[in-house]
Amino acid sequence: MTSILDVKNLTLDFGGLRAIDHLNLTVNKGEIAALIGPNGAGKTSFFNCITGIYKPTAGEIFLTCRNGEKERINGLKPNLVTRKGMARTFQNIRLFSSMTVLENVMIGCHSITHAGILGAVFKDAATRKEEKYIVDKSYSILKTLELERFVNELAVNLPYGAQRLLEIARAMATDPQLLLLDEPAAGMNPTETRRLDDMILKIRDEKGIAILLIEHDMKLVMRISETIHVVDYGKKIGEGTPEEIRNHPVVIKAYLGEDIHA
Amino acid sequence: MNPEYLTALILGGLTRGSIYALIALGYTMVYGIIQLINFAHGEIYMIGAFTGLIVSTVLTMHGMPGFGVVFFAAAAAIIYACCYGYTLEKIAYKPLRHAPRLSVLISAIGMSLFFQNYVLLAQTSNFLPFPGLIPDFEFWKPYSHVMSATELVIIVTTAIVMVLLTLLIKFTRIGKAMRATSQDKIMASLLGINVNQIISITFIVGSATAAIGGLLIASHTGQINAYMGFLVGIKAFVAAVLGGIGSIPGAVLGAFVLGLSESVFTGYVSSDYEDVFAFLILVLILIFRPSGILGRDQTQKV
Repeated sequence: MTSILDVKNLTLDFGGLRAIDHLNLTVNKGEIAALIGPNGAGKTSFFNCITGIYKPTAGEIFLTCRNGEKERINGLKPNLVTRKGMARTFQNIRLFSSMTVLENVMIGCHSITHAGILGAVFKDAATRKEEKYIVDKSYSILKTLELERFVNELAVNLPYGAQRLLEIARAMATDPQLLLLDEPAAGMNPTETRRLDDMILKIRDEKGIAILLIEHDMKLVMRISETIHVVDYGKKIGEGTPEEIRNHPVVIKAYLGEDIHA
Repeated sequence: MNPEYLTALILGGLTRGSIYALIALGYTMVYGIIQLINFAHGEIYMIGAFTGLIVSTVLTMHGMPGFGVVFFAAAAAIIYACCYGYTLEKIAYKPLRHAPRLSVLISAIGMSLFFQNYVLLAQTSNFLPFPGLIPDFEFWKPYSHVMSATELVIIVTTAIVMVLLTLLIKFTRIGKAMRATSQDKIMASLLGINVNQIISITFIVGSATAAIGGLLIASHTGQINAYMGFLVGIKAFVAAVLGGIGSIPGAVLGAFVLGLSESVFTGYVSSDYEDVFAFLILVLILIFRPSGILGRDQTQKV
């Protein structure tokens, strides 16, 4: 199986604090992988490192780009990382609240369009074609995530669960090869979480996008992921299928603490 | 109350308001995108006027006809001012992107003083006569007793610039990217938007409108000097705060409110206290409605 993301010995220091410690992680093409660990384990810092928001102290990050070539992406600015084919969402909702649902998704298409100021003023054939393409594309993404009925609503007026899905839709508009989801189910009720499961599976199956998610909802993680990576204090302490992780002694220790009778 | 006098005051107020609006746009756009009061903005306007003067004088000396002079002087002023705006951001603000806001503000004031003194040194400290670039149109002759052709051009140009800017921001790809950047820079960059490029474009657009304002006011009042940007800059800033800084329609509205009320005040009360009046408005706004007419309340979640 070919890998899409290869992270080797990634280390991140904040002053004297080592947030990520020689972390190795691989995500394969079309795989759904989860990154779990106790609070403060360095999961979100890991996302920030690979998407270019933080500069890692040491280590290598390779991404297989759209053209199939493996490229080293450490130190690239976030917008360039996105152009290479990696998109993400955040733990908290960061929608452009005063824009409509459709506009939010259209913004995501920014990197794959070219029309400049002149095109926008004169509306030549190429610009109109591109505009139509973006609208169609955004609409079809919204349809995949069953958000099409909100298309002209302001993002801020959507129900919470729909806002979270819209974040995923916007990330998908950048045409990613790999989608990073940071706690997509946070704050959702069980029904919404169930729907999210289906959506994540659908995105992978229909679009072939690999997914790496951080999640605390173990039911969701166990249900949909093929590989689970467990981190604690910035170190990887386990990796395997849901079944293996469930019975992994080190993981149980990190999550539940040591047995006092032992 | 004499209705003709009042009409004249209102038209004068609209002209004033138009100029304030052209400059206030630059303040409000820059504030919207990087939360910085760009105090050097008034100087960009002054540099636009100086460039216009130099180019138009040279071209007139070489015997170019009026319309050519206007076109080339305007183009040169806009391009030159845009270069200044772009460089200003790269030199004085970009290195401070992650610094405390106060540092950037001081850098802005420093750049303002630098530009003023640079023009003082390179040009002169005297008032220079500015040629009336805008001709007296034949078709406007019958109405010129109400409003001069220059005033008409100022109001019409401002209206055109406003419409173009609204179209740019509402409907273009760049405009969407600008709105996204102003709301959340990190998220915007994660969606593939080159945030630095968008900030540069904002400075360039703001400088262009300031240069247009500089040219128009210079040919209206007929004289310029190195300090002309200071007071107008501060007043445009008042207008932007009045309308709600960060909001583009707010800046335009604030500029017209300020222009009209200044004009009516000078007409009926006293022209000696014109500037006092503008700043009185600023103080009242800051006390009673700090977020401005169209500004959103800045409530912070804790």
